[in-house]
Amino acid sequence: MVPLVEVNDLTVRFVTREMTVHAVNGVTFSVSPGEVLCILGESGSGKSVTLRALMRLLPPRRAQITGSIRVDGEDVLALDAKGLRHLRGGLVSMIFQEPMTALDPVYTIGHQIVETIREHKGGTHAAARARALELLELVKIPSPERRLDNYPHELSGGLRQRAMIAMALSCGPRLLLADEPTTALDATVQIQVLILLRRLQKELGMGTIFVTHDLGVASEIADRIAVMYAGRIVEEGPVADVLAAPLHPYTRGLLASTVHGQSRDHDIDAIPGSPPDLRIVPTGCAFAPRCGMAIPQCRAGIPEERHPSPGRMARCIRVDAPVPAYA
Amino acid sequence: MSPTIITAPPSSHFEEQVAPALMVRGYWGNVLFRLRHDRVTVFFGFILLLIILAAIFAPLIAPFDPYKESVIGRLKPFGWRSHPLGTDELGRDLLTRLIYGGRISLLMGVVPVCIATLVGGTLGVIGGFGGKRVNTVIMRTMDVFYAFPSVLLAVAISGAMGGGIANGMIALSMVFTPAMCRIAETATTQIKNLDFVEAARATGAGTFTILRFHILGNVLGPVFIYASSLVSVGILLASGLSFLGLGVKPPTADWGLMLSTLRQSIYINPEICALPGVAIFITSISFNLVSDGIRAAMDVRM
Repeated sequence: MVPLVEVNDLTVRFVTREMTVHAVNGVTFSVSPGEVLCILGESGSGKSVTLRALMRLLPPRRAQITGSIRVDGEDVLALDAKGLRHLRGGLVSMIFQEPMTALDPVYTIGHQIVETIREHKGGTHAAARARALELLELVKIPSPERRLDNYPHELSGGLRQRAMIAMALSCGPRLLLADEPTTALDATVQIQVLILLRRLQKELGMGTIFVTHDLGVASEIADRIAVMYAGRIVEEGPVADVLAAPLHPYTRGLLASTVHGQSRDHDIDAIPGSPPDLRIVPTGCAFAPRCGMAIPQCRAGIPEERHPSPGRMARCIRVDAPVPAYA
Repeated sequence: MSPTIITAPPSSHFEEQVAPALMVRGYWGNVLFRLRHDRVTVFFGFILLLIILAAIFAPLIAPFDPYKESVIGRLKPFGWRSHPLGTDELGRDLLTRLIYGGRISLLMGVVPVCIATLVGGTLGVIGGFGGKRVNTVIMRTMDVFYAFPSVLLAVAISGAMGGGIANGMIALSMVFTPAMCRIAETATTQIKNLDFVEAARATGAGTFTILRFHILGNVLGPVFIYASSLVSVGILLASGLSFLGLGVKPPTADWGLMLSTLRQSIYINPEICALPGVAIFITSISFNLVSDGIRAAMDVRM
């Protein structure tokens, strides 16, 4: 199958007079139509930056992007302003983390969806409004006729996020980008929105890239998982395999640091240390300073991709060696 | 104020948890609703309406000719020979002159604010949305005007250009433009970094659409509120200019000018000398309180 998204050796640097931040350092992945890829990582691992690079939403002056990004065969990095407008919202659209701030507070949600539809497809106000109503029904917003005329502040967090999803779907995108869309929601609402997203993604056959730091969310929605650390994908594979048998020590650390029925008096195994400073280019494995299994060779060079079995990848020089349990 | 609660019908899907919905009244419906329940605003709005109507229909309701002088009837007290508020130092009917003076005062309050809103607002949005260089050029130019106290600047401009209503309006417009520009610029820079602008960009909106729809929609509120509070400042400043002889020329009726000429008679008939000041005070405080009320009513988050 021809992949919907092909990202090859993507790097993003934020350059200011004082410093250069190496946010993304050579990321390669692809997403097939109808597939959900979950990018997992902690704050500052470059996952949101990768997502924004896909739509060229990064500030053009400060962000230097190299590598290649192809969405549906189009070279995103070579697009002009007109091509970008077509790409954004038409081919690719995005759901943001904070539904409160991602909706304009001074317009009703109906008005905002109508405006988005007319921007892309033109047509009459009435037609766009009818489509907006359909969309609100699609995302299961109760009594949608009335909700169209509600302002964002009149809706609950879950409904706001549904409205946001409706807006993202308004022009029939083939690729949906979701930047931690459930992080700002209550746990019960979180699962509803996840179920909704999964269903819509299946029904509409959209390829989806879902960014999260929550392993539970990832296991719920993903087909494949890519774990990012310090601007690199350190492990990638089908969701069940990665969660059941993680290859990279970082992934294992992440899994160990979640709550999964330990006894109450047992401390959670947090990963020691903190993520590296991305202003400094790491010479070896970026995780080595925090890794309980690090050996001198880890610091010698950036670990190559290793594929121990089909469909799985890890950047750890000890992947092929038998490894003891994470200490 | 208790919003009407309507519970949506029960739904069959477990994923549809229904929150009670506020009855939809529309944005302006809500604003009106809140305004109606704000007694202070309603009261001063009513006074303001009277003042505005009196100014518009001055020739119809004024009891005398505003320029008709009388040598024997000078500085007479309230109620003297059917002059309800007495006469001024040239024997002209004071009530008539107060009514006519309201025209100039309202004009001088409203027109410069409109001009400043248009010019300053546009410059502010451009400065806020444009790049660093555009912003620097616009805002530093505005800062030059900011360096002078507003009264001094108004005096200097109308002093240089000569008196008269038109020049006074130009002077006041120039005084208000930097403040208006700053408000619009601040609001724009705050809004352009918010998520919904990025979200709009992510749905393919061009720069023009973002400006027209999101920026303008969000900037208009604070700009309008500030503009309404500037009207009373405009009235005060215009009166000040006339008082100093830089605004309206005699014998035109104007509150500031009346205050200035009647000032010499303060020991003869003090209550009459105070009247133009009272008129200025009532108009300006009405504008202030009404604009406060509208600001509170327009805030969607309250």
